[in-house]
Amino acid sequence: MSYLPHVPGEIRSMLDTVGVEAISELFDCIPPDLRLGRELRLPPALSEPELTAHLRELASKSGTDVLSFLGAGCYDHFIPAAVDAIASRGEFLTAYTPYQPEASQGSLQTFFEYQTLMCQLTGCEVSNTSMYDGASAAAEAVLMGLNINGRKRAAIDEGLHPEYRSVLQTYVRHQGMELRTVRHANGCVDGGSLKEALSEEVGTLVVQSPDFFGTVHDLRALADAARAAGTLLIAVVDPISLGLLRRPGEEGADIVVGEGQALGIPMSFGGPGFGFLATRMEHVHRMPGRLVGEATDRRGKRGYVLTLQAREQHIRRGRATSNICTNHGLSAIRAAVYLSVMGPEGLRQVAELCLAKAHYAADRLSQLPGVSLRFGDAPFFKEFAIDLRGVSGRELRARLLKRGIDPGLDLGRFDPLFENSLLVAVTERRTREEIDRLVEAVRREVSP
Amino acid sequence: MREPLIFEMGRAGRRAWSLPECDVPVPSDRQLLPPALREEMLPPLPEATLRDLVGHFTRLSQKNFCVDTHFYPLGSCTMKFNPKVNDVAASLAGFTEAHPYAPERASGLLEILASLGEMLCEITGMDAASLQPAAGAHGELTGLLAVQAYHALNGGRRKFALVPDSAHGTNPASCTLAGLDVRAVKSGRDGLVDMKSFRKELSRDVAVMMITNPNTLGLFEKDVREISRALHDFGALLYMDGANLNAIMGVARPGDFGVDVMHLNLHKTFATPHGAGGPGAGPVTVKNVLAPFLPTPVVRRDASGRAFLDADRPHSIGKMRTFYGNMGVLVRAYAYIRSLGAKGLREAAEHAVLNANYLLKKLAGRFPVPHGERCMHEFVATGEPLLKHGVRTLDVAKRLIDFGVHPPTIYFPLIVKEALMVEPTETESKETLDRFANICLRIAEEAEKTPEVLKTAPNTTEFSRFDEVAAARNPRLTWKPPVP
Repeated sequence: MSYLPHVPGEIRSMLDTVGVEAISELFDCIPPDLRLGRELRLPPALSEPELTAHLRELASKSGTDVLSFLGAGCYDHFIPAAVDAIASRGEFLTAYTPYQPEASQGSLQTFFEYQTLMCQLTGCEVSNTSMYDGASAAAEAVLMGLNINGRKRAAIDEGLHPEYRSVLQTYVRHQGMELRTVRHANGCVDGGSLKEALSEEVGTLVVQSPDFFGTVHDLRALADAARAAGTLLIAVVDPISLGLLRRPGEEGADIVVGEGQALGIPMSFGGPGFGFLATRMEHVHRMPGRLVGEATDRRGKRGYVLTLQAREQHIRRGRATSNICTNHGLSAIRAAVYLSVMGPEGLRQVAELCLAKAHYAADRLSQLPGVSLRFGDAPFFKEFAIDLRGVSGRELRARLLKRGIDPGLDLGRFDPLFENSLLVAVTERRTREEIDRLVEAVRREVSP
Repeated sequence: MREPLIFEMGRAGRRAWSLPECDVPVPSDRQLLPPALREEMLPPLPEATLRDLVGHFTRLSQKNFCVDTHFYPLGSCTMKFNPKVNDVAASLAGFTEAHPYAPERASGLLEILASLGEMLCEITGMDAASLQPAAGAHGELTGLLAVQAYHALNGGRRKFALVPDSAHGTNPASCTLAGLDVRAVKSGRDGLVDMKSFRKELSRDVAVMMITNPNTLGLFEKDVREISRALHDFGALLYMDGANLNAIMGVARPGDFGVDVMHLNLHKTFATPHGAGGPGAGPVTVKNVLAPFLPTPVVRRDASGRAFLDADRPHSIGKMRTFYGNMGVLVRAYAYIRSLGAKGLREAAEHAVLNANYLLKKLAGRFPVPHGERCMHEFVATGEPLLKHGVRTLDVAKRLIDFGVHPPTIYFPLIVKEALMVEPTETESKETLDRFANICLRIAEEAEKTPEVLKTAPNTTEFSRFDEVAAARNPRLTWKPPVP
């Protein structure tokens, strides 16, 4: 396939205008010994029908007929048709970052609405227009905290997603930072461990809620403890849970971040989703990423522009608040449409369905002999860990996959202490019948 | 017409959502969540009908210039046509419904990842790839962290990164994040790295030099191999910002001219849509010496050729993000390379360079190009001659909008005064280029005869120029409900 427009005569006349004999002359600036001198070794070019057939074949090798309870940071939530309809419009899809506001009001106003929606959701005062993903947003939030209070220690709650922790470690490696872990006891933040960590001039405390294991934490209590120690609280949250849970900004979190994939974006093997980052206005000049603000044009009309760009790399270069340039704009547009479709009642309903179905599944599973909830009575939202007797999580998962059921994440892959545990996620898309099938399959495989 | 904000539309009680009833019993004897955690108030989101909100976002979309509807010669951004078949490919259910923790059910995707990594290595002349980075700047950071890890294992940490003064702003910003102090290297009169300035900065404290080739002036750094050798003599490495790879695909390979590590912008060179600012993808390719440091996991093939995720990498810098990369973007780039093949990629580069040179020639009379008569895929002209009429490059850019053209990149690179950075790309026809050239020449004429038309531009759009200074001084970053 070729997307080139020129016919031979045109090429000739263009070359004449340029004043060269052949296109190859235009490459004379590349010294001959630096040129490839052969064709690239790539598979043969495909026509559109061949390409489509090839990709359909590859897509068919990815099974979609398994009943899955996998979550762990990437969730199977319902996506209203309007989201795809809007996000696939070429006007959004094929535009660049809105540097020229007079030619980009569509993106700019949508991003302004996105910023507002994320503030409504998180209870924060200001949100940027997106980051790459939840983990890099959390890492950038820690760097932002360092920028705000100059403290070189960060305390990381044990419930933070292990991949987030890993990304955080990668990001801060050369910033002279020290990371401490706040331990859990029975799934909840251990008061003693928290106190000990906060006694050491910690700049930021990173807590995920619901955490990696699904447990919901009392952010207000954590924010109070952090504030008393002069520490900033970074809350990592599931946006769907905010249809039901208290808003972290209002509970006292200083920076609220998370993965936005659940807001109208397919799982796509883990990307692209988007990261969100919101905070208080007093910290706005320390924020990473793009910000859209209201502006007035010469005729006095209200519109929107990229603003406070003096924070950013294209202006401040080596002294910018972050190196981020391209973010996840189209994903943010999807989230804006999703939240507008769901509205207050719809988002509450999604969250209530997740809560009810996850608890139904947890109740039924934990009634099985040989199955128990890992963290007992700890409150959870749409995800929970179960302990298995006599079989590893890995083994049970393998057996259930043969029956077309993926019961959830084998937690042993992150921590050998969790070898006999599975992390089960239940979204609003799972039906009672499907949950019952899971329970029945687990019953057959776990010996009492 | 003014489009209200979504918050100004709708009425309490309207709804656009549709969900099934709860089909599981909810216990009446206990609360599923402690009251201290539960929010009683509903989230204060907008309430509109589907009809109204689809209308709203559709009308908003129509206020954008985009590649599908406009010529978009934004320099350094490679706004080429984004093939629709690639969008369809990326939205196949087998790809979009795959869960990252079920790689055993995603052999098709793993095959695409392995194959894409191999093809990117062949295109760049490198040995190993990571597809994790979500954008160009993310790739820069990934590559620089790999460089840091390499030095830590080979003689110890180093302090400095050399960055030409013509570099993208992300380059120095990424260096800072990777813990490297930036030393700027001057460009010479010819717009290329000044070798004297470069050699002066060389020392055993230099970890890496970041080069962009072709550089942001659209010129090929012909001394790149010498630069690479000189760096290697001091134990330092050469990083290449691959933003401008579109100019040399299939013609020359960074790996062959001495680059040790680079990133590619799939949303530029490989035709994946920019999405109003992402998601893109910034894969990193490296020479063997840096392969052990790539982020974990990497996609590899086993003895039978089957692709798998390899997380057993003791020297890896760790993870740059959750999971494996932006699949939707990677699938599109894979589809693009498979459509064009080797010859198609080379022709794309050739025509990108032809189009840029054609425009350069047509414009240079009124918009001089300070650095040479020829260029590669883009060129940087100056609006300086118009200053005497009181017209700035910003005015030219805004006037272009009146003619339905997205302005080029302006005021970058910083080393050219009143810069206009033009990158037409290979997918634009001669008619489009001629039309653009005529518009530019007409604008130059207007600058002489009716400069006020430029000073007030754009004049035909819904919005005129914004007061961005006031917007930054008194930032209003969210909508607030009117006080009753």
